[in-house]
Amino acid sequence: MLLYISKRLFQGVFVVVGISILIFIISRVVPGDPARMALGPRAPQYAVDELRREMHLDKPLPVQYCYWFSGVIRGDFGKSINTKRPVMADVKEFLPATIELALFSGFLFIFFSIILGLLAARYRDTWVDGIIRALSYTGIAVPAFVVAVILMLLFGYVWPIIPVLGRLSSDITAPPVITGLITVDSLATGNFTAFFDALKHLLLPSLALAVGPLFQEARILRSSLTDNMGKEYISVATGYGISGSVIMRKYLLKPSFIPVVSVMGLDFASLMGNAFLVERIFNWPGISRYGINAMLNKDLNAISAVIVIFGAIFIVVNIIVDLIVASLDPRIRLGGK
Amino acid sequence: MERLLDIRNLKVWYSTYRGFAKVVDGINMHVGKGEKVGLVGESGCGKTTTMKSILRVLDSRKVHIPEGEIIFKGSDILRMNYNEIQQVRRRSISMISQEPSAALNPVFTVGDQIMEVIRHSGQFDKNFSKKDMKSLAIKAIRDVLISDPERIFDSYPHQLSGGMKQRICIVMALVTPRELLIADEPGTALDVTIQDQIHRLLRSLVEEKHMSLIMITHSLGVARELVDRIYVMYAGNIVEAAKTKDLFKNPLHPYTRGLMDCVPRLSGGGVSEGIYGYIPDYINPTPGCRFYPRCPDAKEVCSRQKPPATVATENHLVACFKYN
Ligand SMILES: Nc1ncnc2c1ncn2[C@@H]1O[C@H](COP(=O)(O)OP(=O)(O)OP(=O)(O)O)[C@@H](O)[C@H]1O
Ligand SMILES: [Mg+2]
Repeated sequence: MLLYISKRLFQGVFVVVGISILIFIISRVVPGDPARMALGPRAPQYAVDELRREMHLDKPLPVQYCYWFSGVIRGDFGKSINTKRPVMADVKEFLPATIELALFSGFLFIFFSIILGLLAARYRDTWVDGIIRALSYTGIAVPAFVVAVILMLLFGYVWPIIPVLGRLSSDITAPPVITGLITVDSLATGNFTAFFDALKHLLLPSLALAVGPLFQEARILRSSLTDNMGKEYISVATGYGISGSVIMRKYLLKPSFIPVVSVMGLDFASLMGNAFLVERIFNWPGISRYGINAMLNKDLNAISAVIVIFGAIFIVVNIIVDLIVASLDPRIRLGGK
Repeated sequence: MERLLDIRNLKVWYSTYRGFAKVVDGINMHVGKGEKVGLVGESGCGKTTTMKSILRVLDSRKVHIPEGEIIFKGSDILRMNYNEIQQVRRRSISMISQEPSAALNPVFTVGDQIMEVIRHSGQFDKNFSKKDMKSLAIKAIRDVLISDPERIFDSYPHQLSGGMKQRICIVMALVTPRELLIADEPGTALDVTIQDQIHRLLRSLVEEKHMSLIMITHSLGVARELVDRIYVMYAGNIVEAAKTKDLFKNPLHPYTRGLMDCVPRLSGGGVSEGIYGYIPDYINPTPGCRFYPRCPDAKEVCSRQKPPATVATENHLVACFKYN
């Protein structure tokens, strides 16, 4: 197991370096002079040249990469042309909001997909299963931003009981920043008003994001459970008089979760990137929205930072998922067929 | 001999989208205390279906049993409630699956799965600790001639060879005392030498524990080596039943004779050279004898009417109009 973990970590490092090279190359081959864009068309040429030197744009590409990568490792992505601040400061401000959103959304879809999947399998081919199936097809087919708009209309206009904009109501003082996750920070400082307010604000955007993965995984869990119910080892265990609850809890559940966990991990890792429209709609000050704005403004440093961070998060999540799968499945953990 | 198990006119149907597949078609079969019987027939004739219905492990949503009784020690298994059937499964009857590779759960160790069987057998009092259970399991693994039982105990199924998995399946079936063992084509997936070892091992274990045995096989040759009495099954019917000696001395049913031509081994899954044709459609079976389309001795009546089982000589039953 230890060998497996170190192998995966090692691979992860390689992938991050690969991504960074790719991003760097892309950011340098796109047309347009970043220095000129930063200063605007009317700036004098000497100022542009000055800035080019400052950004090391006058050096050969490999040297530029070394400058850039050593900065990245120290968390220095340079200045954002757009916000005129160090990119890292922007990231520190916007990333926690997206992480909080993704974590809560992940919690929602993991929890409810397991419940729905178990119910659908337990009552397969009955009306319960039918309803869950119908809901699932709808939930999978409708994109997150449509769900977001519908929720927005519903709770912003028709039935305004849950806040629909931002992370916190304006009349509530935000807790001091510790982790940047308002729910965590407010709990840590014992500020329950802020905690519940933040939770309410989280609900709709994370629900909008959770709907797709939720129903997809409920379907996967249901089909993997029903598949495994027909397996010979279940009929054999039944034949030895193993009690129904042990068969369900032990013999069936563990093998059935293996495919679901992999998909959950992928979905969770993609949440952050996919959060853009949902963040826009709910005015959620997240990094996904920030990243898209950076792209529209050709803010290269900011774009690189967002992609490197998303890439790193994706890899870390995948490693964690692989470890969970390996702990469930001895065939992966110990190698072999 | 006192009957331990008595199957009477058992019918088992599978529901399919085209209608019911009437696979097991009213079979009668019994096993005495300490008796070893064989159930012989080609692939797809319903051997596994019959045996799984004894333990009631067929998917109840797909299977319909319109008629029949399975009397075990005086009570009908098909009419038992959940607790009663669990008692039978835990203490009385165990079955070795036809597919040892699929019979073991891939995500738990072999030892874990054996321990679960022991724990559920309910045959040990509270003083019987986990350590005792483990040593019981280890001993049972050693009994099937595995030389390093401790290592195997901690192995996962994918780490074991086919022969090992087959032995582990035997361990699970025999680790706690039972009265009847059903062995579904043990060793068919293995090479002939190992298969032979497995057969001899099974026989010695069953005899040592004074159990009854139902041995399922494709091959009359295998049955001849192992069992006292043989049932020949064709397309869900028992076509002939006799003591092993009598059956080989005087095979009556045309199907049995066809099988005899392929002793010692009828290849699994196929129709031998000895018999022409294929297993009939179970969804629209003929009203007559199911063997009729392939029968070299078919008469006109065979296509219209089912041949009843008739006593040819003492203890020798045959279902064929030739002897009616
Ligand atoms: N779930 C099912 N639904 C429909 N038909 C089935 C089902 N399971 C088995 N059958 C059919 O029932 C017949 C008997 O199957 P069974 O497995 O009992 O045969 P068998 O005698 O054990 O064969 P083998 O020697 O190959 O193991 C086959 O024709 C098979 O196609
Ligand atoms: Mg079979």
